[in-house]
Amino acid sequence: MNPDDRAGGTPPAVRLSGISKRFGAVQANRDVDLEVARGSIHGIIGENGAGKSTLVSILYGFYEADAGRIEIDGHVVAIRSSAAAIAQGIGMVHQHFMLVPTFTVLENVMLGAEGGPLLARGAAETRAELLDLSTAYGLEVDPDAKVGDLAVGLQQRVEILKALRRGARILILDEPTGVLTPDETGRLFDILRGLRREGVTILLITHKLREIMAVTDRVSVMRQGEMVAHRETASTTPEELAELMVGRRVAAMPRRELVAALGVDAGGGGTPRARSRPQPNAGALEVRGLGWRDARGITRLSDVSLTLREGEILGLAGVAGNGQSELLDVLSGIATPQSGVIRIGERIINRDRPAGPAELRALGLAHVPEDRHRRGVVLGFTAQENAVLGYQHGPAAGDGRLLSPAALACHCAALMKRFDVRPAAPGLRMSGFSGGNQQKLVLAREIEAEPRILLVGQPTRGVDIGAIEFIHGEILKLRDQGCAILLVSVELDEILALADRVAVMNAGRIVGERRLSGIDAEDRSEIGLMMAGIARIREPAAARPAASPEAGSAEA
Amino acid sequence: MDWAALSELWIDTLRILDGSFRLATPLILCAMAGLVSERSGVIDIGLEGKMLAAAFAAAAVASLSGSPWAGLVAALGVSAALALVHGFACITHRGEQIISGVAINILASGGTVVAGIALFRQGGQSPPLMADERFRPIALPGAEALSGIPVIGPFYAELVSGHTLPVYLALIAVPLVAWMLARTTFGLRLRATGEMPLAVDSAGVSVVLIRYRAVLIAGLLCGLAGVFLSTAHGAGFVREMSAGKGYIALAAMIFGKWRPWPVLGACLLFGFLETAAARLQGVQLPLIGEAPVELILMLPYVATVVLLAGFFGRAIPPKALGVPYRKER
Repeated sequence: MNPDDRAGGTPPAVRLSGISKRFGAVQANRDVDLEVARGSIHGIIGENGAGKSTLVSILYGFYEADAGRIEIDGHVVAIRSSAAAIAQGIGMVHQHFMLVPTFTVLENVMLGAEGGPLLARGAAETRAELLDLSTAYGLEVDPDAKVGDLAVGLQQRVEILKALRRGARILILDEPTGVLTPDETGRLFDILRGLRREGVTILLITHKLREIMAVTDRVSVMRQGEMVAHRETASTTPEELAELMVGRRVAAMPRRELVAALGVDAGGGGTPRARSRPQPNAGALEVRGLGWRDARGITRLSDVSLTLREGEILGLAGVAGNGQSELLDVLSGIATPQSGVIRIGERIINRDRPAGPAELRALGLAHVPEDRHRRGVVLGFTAQENAVLGYQHGPAAGDGRLLSPAALACHCAALMKRFDVRPAAPGLRMSGFSGGNQQKLVLAREIEAEPRILLVGQPTRGVDIGAIEFIHGEILKLRDQGCAILLVSVELDEILALADRVAVMNAGRIVGERRLSGIDAEDRSEIGLMMAGIARIREPAAARPAASPEAGSAEA
Repeated sequence: MDWAALSELWIDTLRILDGSFRLATPLILCAMAGLVSERSGVIDIGLEGKMLAAAFAAAAVASLSGSPWAGLVAALGVSAALALVHGFACITHRGEQIISGVAINILASGGTVVAGIALFRQGGQSPPLMADERFRPIALPGAEALSGIPVIGPFYAELVSGHTLPVYLALIAVPLVAWMLARTTFGLRLRATGEMPLAVDSAGVSVVLIRYRAVLIAGLLCGLAGVFLSTAHGAGFVREMSAGKGYIALAAMIFGKWRPWPVLGACLLFGFLETAAARLQGVQLPLIGEAPVELILMLPYVATVVLLAGFFGRAIPPKALGVPYRKER
């Protein structure tokens, strides 16, 4: 399986040479070479924006490369459309599933290869094929279930089945584990190993080192659009790969940050990390029996109870889409609770006495939103304008009625200096900053207000590693100053690295809460079970008693 | 109540139903057109304009050539051409779909009058059509023979038999569209395109082609509706003769939640209201006496507003409706 072994006779399943692709000013891929041996699991790893997804999208015909050559089984091919890729035996499981939620599994699997103008005959054949494939690879799924009703892990199976049914011998998986619980991830890897046994070639795109080490045979590392190294998985280490990804030595990086940034397994996992000591003080923010339904009447939060204490980070873990975003909306005043109460100091917030974001801000609550571009900044505004959004009546912006450009620029320049925002140009439009620097400015704005309570959602999503270290450091510093912090993240590694306590959400409920032991493997497995909604580890002690007469009844 | 009065009531009921059905015809054809287009993800607010332009083309060509069939072909051609313009703006160039639809409506509204004046010099109308320049009611076999039989006879003669070709075509269009959507490969792809075009693309099927075909089908159905207006129901083209029926069809389509059979029901309901409105004119109603004509004629339109105000549950449109499909390159 040596990449230079050309004499072996069997050409590689995929050989890419000199692939380049530019989007406007961004060179997404630069002269990329890649060889994938037939019947192997090949990982491609790199940071966000390293060009991994672009590369496989070129292979699957979503994009056309500006330059370069694609060979499949030794033959040069032109892949200008997905149809052409499918004809070459390439299948892809996308990060965001390409499934029609209102269709059944069978209809989704048939789509594009229905076998004639009428559906009836093809449906019968597809049903039989599905049964064969399910039993052959352990991919059980009910063909008549509506895809939108299936759990995410099962939807992913449908995607894999779709590709296999179209005759895929080369299967690309783009960040397949981002939406899975740890348990589902384990099952996916079993399926991938099964496919490899049957001779399927697998290309696994990920930014998590743990997954590369767990399942791949070989790994290629991308950085800033370029392919920087190829390694046999067995003869490399997570540290080496991390250095290749980042392009500098990471030994100086605190171990905890490395774990959070890259998902490197903590190895022995036996060393407890420093956590804040349990504080006996009352909660800065208490939530009891919170319930919320969206505009369509679907229950998104039910009976949510939790307490944020001063000087403590409560990590809120869970697979994306289980109510974390809605909880942040309600707590930050964007949405009004429909049942239950929120207490901040003396202020009781409920359905009849709602509090908007401005009042909450006055109460000392700051919010770093999950979706930076929709809620955190206005991309078309300058940095100095963004630096006072929400605080535009304060002294930093002017006299309360008229804005003072000089004050704005001065305030913003100070923030940029303290939070290392680059370029330090207050007059530059927000869209001109990288994701990491945008996030630093948002964090700077909220921390500058000296909050007593900080809600922070996905603080390092789409942020480069250098900025991750910095952002994590600032959050910890704020905790040590006595701020009560709610950290919502879908990256379990990030929660394990920062939080003192963890609550887990599943289907709109808090399904468990625990103080972290600091023993990585133990925490990880228990939280993983809770994320899957399997185990209810420990009843949160304080959550049970009916908190207040105002607490509306929680939804059934 | 004696037998004669009962029989009269039966015939009256049949006549109202017959009228409902006839007046529902353009609604059914347009609503099916809108349904096919919108299930593929392309908003079609230009039903009205396509129908109006087709009505003009049908009447003008029938008048000039003396053949309703030539009028039919011209109507389908004009309506399909407008549909393709809509497709070119919305699918190929990813334009704003509502704007494009409104443009087509305005174009048809003004264009028919201009062309009418240029061709016939009668203030935008077409000359009245002779009997053999129109589609005549088709007497189904046996209508004559069965008419003597009580109950069934009148039912067959009044309701089933004696309609024009477009009416029967409208009736066939509903099961045809339902069958196409549910049972054919094209239907599956069309529905998928309206919900999740990326899934269709990644399955190796062209989203653009599916949407063009859907828009074209919509054009042909609107064309038939136009034929009905000017050469079957009416006898010639009158300016603005579509009178908002395209919009009511749109309402019926939403009210029927983009599903063929419920949409048919909604169209028949609107047709019934229109017939009832016509019949109520000049009739002494209990308590209120004779209602003003204007109020009665408002009925179908008021009903549209009331029904769409959400009295009958939320309608969930196709997810990708109105969203142009952009494929990066």
